[in-house]
Amino acid sequence: MNMNSAHLRCNENALDALQPTWLASASAADASPPRTRKEATMVCERAPGDSGLINKIFPDMSSAMAGIADGATVMISGFGSAGMPSALIDALIAQGAGDLTIVNNNAGNGETGLAALLAAGRVRKIICSFPRQTDSQVFDGLYRSGKIDLELTPQGNLAERIRAAGAGIGGFFTATGYGTQLAEGKETRLINGRHYVLESPIHADVALIKAWKADRWGNLIYRKAARNFGPIMAMAAKCTIAQVDHVVPLGELDPEVIVTPGIFVQRVVHVPGDSQ
Amino acid sequence: MKRFTRDEIAQHVARDIPEGCYVNLGIGLPTLVANHLEASKEIFLHSENGILGMGPAPVPGEEDGDLINAGKQPVTLLTGGTYFHQADSFAMMRGGHLDICVLGAFQVSRTGDLANWHTGAPDAIPAVGGAMDLATGAKRVFVMMEHQTKTGESKIVGRCTYPLTGMGCVSRVYTDLAVIDITVEGLMVREMAPGLTLDELQSITGVPLKAA
Repeated sequence: MNMNSAHLRCNENALDALQPTWLASASAADASPPRTRKEATMVCERAPGDSGLINKIFPDMSSAMAGIADGATVMISGFGSAGMPSALIDALIAQGAGDLTIVNNNAGNGETGLAALLAAGRVRKIICSFPRQTDSQVFDGLYRSGKIDLELTPQGNLAERIRAAGAGIGGFFTATGYGTQLAEGKETRLINGRHYVLESPIHADVALIKAWKADRWGNLIYRKAARNFGPIMAMAAKCTIAQVDHVVPLGELDPEVIVTPGIFVQRVVHVPGDSQ
Repeated sequence: MKRFTRDEIAQHVARDIPEGCYVNLGIGLPTLVANHLEASKEIFLHSENGILGMGPAPVPGEEDGDLINAGKQPVTLLTGGTYFHQADSFAMMRGGHLDICVLGAFQVSRTGDLANWHTGAPDAIPAVGGAMDLATGAKRVFVMMEHQTKTGESKIVGRCTYPLTGMGCVSRVYTDLAVIDITVEGLMVREMAPGLTLDELQSITGVPLKAA
């Protein structure tokens, strides 16, 4: 899907008139930007009434979720409920995309959020480290009845595989998992007397993340331990959608403490009141 | 023969960068592009040492030794800009997050190979810095260079004779004589210096050209 509207990122259509590159847009499914801009010209033209300011803050949930296709790989931040973008998950259920591959540390708790997405039958496969919990009954039922694929990954490998994707790393050697069932069939190498396993990056079409504060350029900071997977997932997805508690004016976030620079964020939705 | 000036080449590049792009300007000739970006157009300049939202040079007396660009010249930070460490900075390049990088070059081949880090001369001291990361990682690589060497040889070549920075990475070349797209169909001339004909341009260019 092409989730880069001209308004949000540079004019991809114009750039695509150049030589097709290794990073050509994946497909043509369109997304609705908050404001329209003429797309097919190399020199950017402003729509009437457009202030011309880059603004990644989307006015509503449905426009922010537009373009997520069936079969997409979707990363969802959070460690348990901390950092889980509940409003975005609800919106994904409403949006309707199915046959999804989900990347999350867990596999849903209770009956809401990720568990509700699973219960709605939208998920074909989940890549996670710790699916089984006291309240993971939705996943447990699907797994036992063979209705969902599980790719279980040690948590550090999960984080590093996500990070590798965002940083353009083609794979990496890690000692974690060597000699275990979770490394079966994988390439290994002896490096300085220690055994390592080759692990691959995890790329995503979409990342749904939760942050605390954002500005209109998509710069993000997080709140306490809700930061967890947000920063690396933002880097690993073609389109990162952030649910934030507060939208602040440009310049209010200290440039020394911004955790996720706006280059990694395509869409921001203001969902007040979920945290402090 | 009328040639575009260095500032005119920079103007051409600046004109062709759409609003909202994340852009890295290499050291040397490409740094001139920053002077020609429209102030009303929001373009995010990335600097490999760890800046996004890099602003223009400070007014004299306001220089800060901790705020410099890749060429070690003092710069400023725009409102909304950020700082980050080297690995994050290079993840932006290597992870394919930069829309455009603009680099200088010794040679560009007809298939988009780039040579800009090392002349290969026995007594040359090579220096690569972030050039290979940018050439390989950015979504699109624009090259700014003189069309010919000082001795009149074409810098657009069938095959680079200097050591490569990256293979098949260049999308477009801006020279003092022309703007040329490198495509699967061949080298397409988008524009030429005033008064120059395609035949004249072809006569001093090492590989076949087509009108775009």
